[in-house]
Amino acid sequence: MNSEKFKAEMGFLKPRKSVDGIAAFDCRREDLLKAAKLLRDDFEFQALSDIASIDMGVEAGESRFGAVYHFYSHTKKYYIRLVCMCESSSEPELPSLCSVYKGADWLEREAYDLMGISFEGHPRLKRILMWDSYPWHPLRKDFPLAGREAPLPPSFEEGYKGVEIKPAPEEGGPFHSPSCGHKFSPEREPRSVDGACERVDNI
Amino acid sequence: MSDSEFTYSEPASLAGLHTGEKMILNVGPSHPATHGVLRLKLELDGDMVLRVDPIVGQLHRGQEKLAENMTYNQFIPFTDRLDYLAPMANNIAFSQCVEKLAGIDVTPRCKAIRVICAELSRISSHLVGLAAYGMDAGSWTVFMYCYTQREKVMTLFEELTGARLTNSYSRIGGLFRDMPECWLGNVNAFLNQFLPALDEIDALITRNKIFIDRAAGIGIVDAKTAMQWGLTGANLRASGVASDLRKDVPYLGYEDYDFDIPIGVHGDCYDRWLVRIEEMRQSARIIRQAIEKMPDGPVNVSDPKITLPKKDGVLRDMEDLINNFVLVTQGPYIPEGEAYFEADNPKGALGFYIVSKGGGVPYRVKIRAPSFVSLSAMQELLPGHHMSDVAIILGSFDFVLGECDR
Repeated sequence: MNSEKFKAEMGFLKPRKSVDGIAAFDCRREDLLKAAKLLRDDFEFQALSDIASIDMGVEAGESRFGAVYHFYSHTKKYYIRLVCMCESSSEPELPSLCSVYKGADWLEREAYDLMGISFEGHPRLKRILMWDSYPWHPLRKDFPLAGREAPLPPSFEEGYKGVEIKPAPEEGGPFHSPSCGHKFSPEREPRSVDGACERVDNI
Repeated sequence: MSDSEFTYSEPASLAGLHTGEKMILNVGPSHPATHGVLRLKLELDGDMVLRVDPIVGQLHRGQEKLAENMTYNQFIPFTDRLDYLAPMANNIAFSQCVEKLAGIDVTPRCKAIRVICAELSRISSHLVGLAAYGMDAGSWTVFMYCYTQREKVMTLFEELTGARLTNSYSRIGGLFRDMPECWLGNVNAFLNQFLPALDEIDALITRNKIFIDRAAGIGIVDAKTAMQWGLTGANLRASGVASDLRKDVPYLGYEDYDFDIPIGVHGDCYDRWLVRIEEMRQSARIIRQAIEKMPDGPVNVSDPKITLPKKDGVLRDMEDLINNFVLVTQGPYIPEGEAYFEADNPKGALGFYIVSKGGGVPYRVKIRAPSFVSLSAMQELLPGHHMSDVAIILGSFDFVLGECDR
């Protein structure tokens, strides 16, 4: 990386410790969109490889949620990592990169779905892996591994009048099917309760 | 149905062909052309696709959440279930990422075996991809020819790992076990008959007029669009970008192998076919070189905090027994930090982002699934095509829903 030019233009980024050889920087929320545009236009980072949402745990206070962006340059053959933390833990929010990288579309929807970070400026931010009416964000650290009870997804044929609709058996997955006669999973599978793994560390 | 029900908001412009009468068509989730449990919601005007909304998540198992609750080695069988057509390549990519985080350099023999496994996975995955693609284009024969060859790769995997589909062969810091005797000979014998068979598959369909008519000029992705959407692997190379992580960001000693990167010119479905066919030949070339210079020595690093001690030591030696116990119950010790690693898998760049807070259980594992990214690009690629081309375009991108939904 041309470090002189990089320092001059991207001086607002704060270097971050990196153990894997990828240049890593902390980025403030308000600089993220500017940084992404500069990376794409001036530093040949043509692709946004990945957006990884992250939850630093309840003890991290307000800056609990964040996203880790990896950009890749197909011409220069290296990555760069930007870490951007949200300012609020109750309503985590980051600017959307959809206007800079088209690939950000689904990656941001996934982060919204599983971690509950909303992306300002995303054209249609809705759930992608879970169904639309699912109320939780399962990758948050305070969400138990066993899952929480959630209403079954409405059948997509809903809205047709006069048609009797029965949910398919196991619709919504085995973790969410109290109506199918199974016990809720913590009772069925005690090992799935959160904290079961901590036992291992205390040996 | 209102506009807001489609996630991608720019409908294709049909330049006067638009009749105004629209139909919403659901394809899938269980449909032969969707290659898995993918549901496509299409807005059609006659036979023309105006907008498309791929609906994924039917196979979502919460692998990232599961990973936070188990040791690194325990997660390896889960990576088999990502791209289940190339499980070995996923195992290797995950182990490589953890090793990168922990600063472990695996032994030369382990690297060479991993290269053979990754390239055999590429051959087997491309064979399935091309078989299904050929069938989408109406060629049943190609399917049978490809599956015959794939069966032979599965037999090789069975000899090596004991499992045919979910191999779980790689471990953090090494491999589950060394190769059985004569296995390299079997691989070589497979290649000897595979290359002529591949030429046969090539001759069957690549110059077939019906296939060319159906694939050429369809689903064109230019290089800039492909990079914008984050396409990787063969799909990106078909668009004319010579980007291959094995050459550009070498891992597993790929820099020591001599191979070419096939690239396409037009970025259409036909180019994606050609690139995959040629990639299999290059994989065979890499495997031959790996067999030739297979180094001797151990397959595991000799760090008791990372790899299991030998079984006879465990039965006789107190220290080995303790190491064995600690490693199995607590996992390999990985220092604090974060690492991102992408491997050039058959479907594209499979990336893992791992955050460790020390100890044997990851704090966060994010899987960057190439199929997920390829599918997101469908929102822009499918509109403007005929309904009959949708199956061809989906087939040419060669995605797997296990990986997309995680």
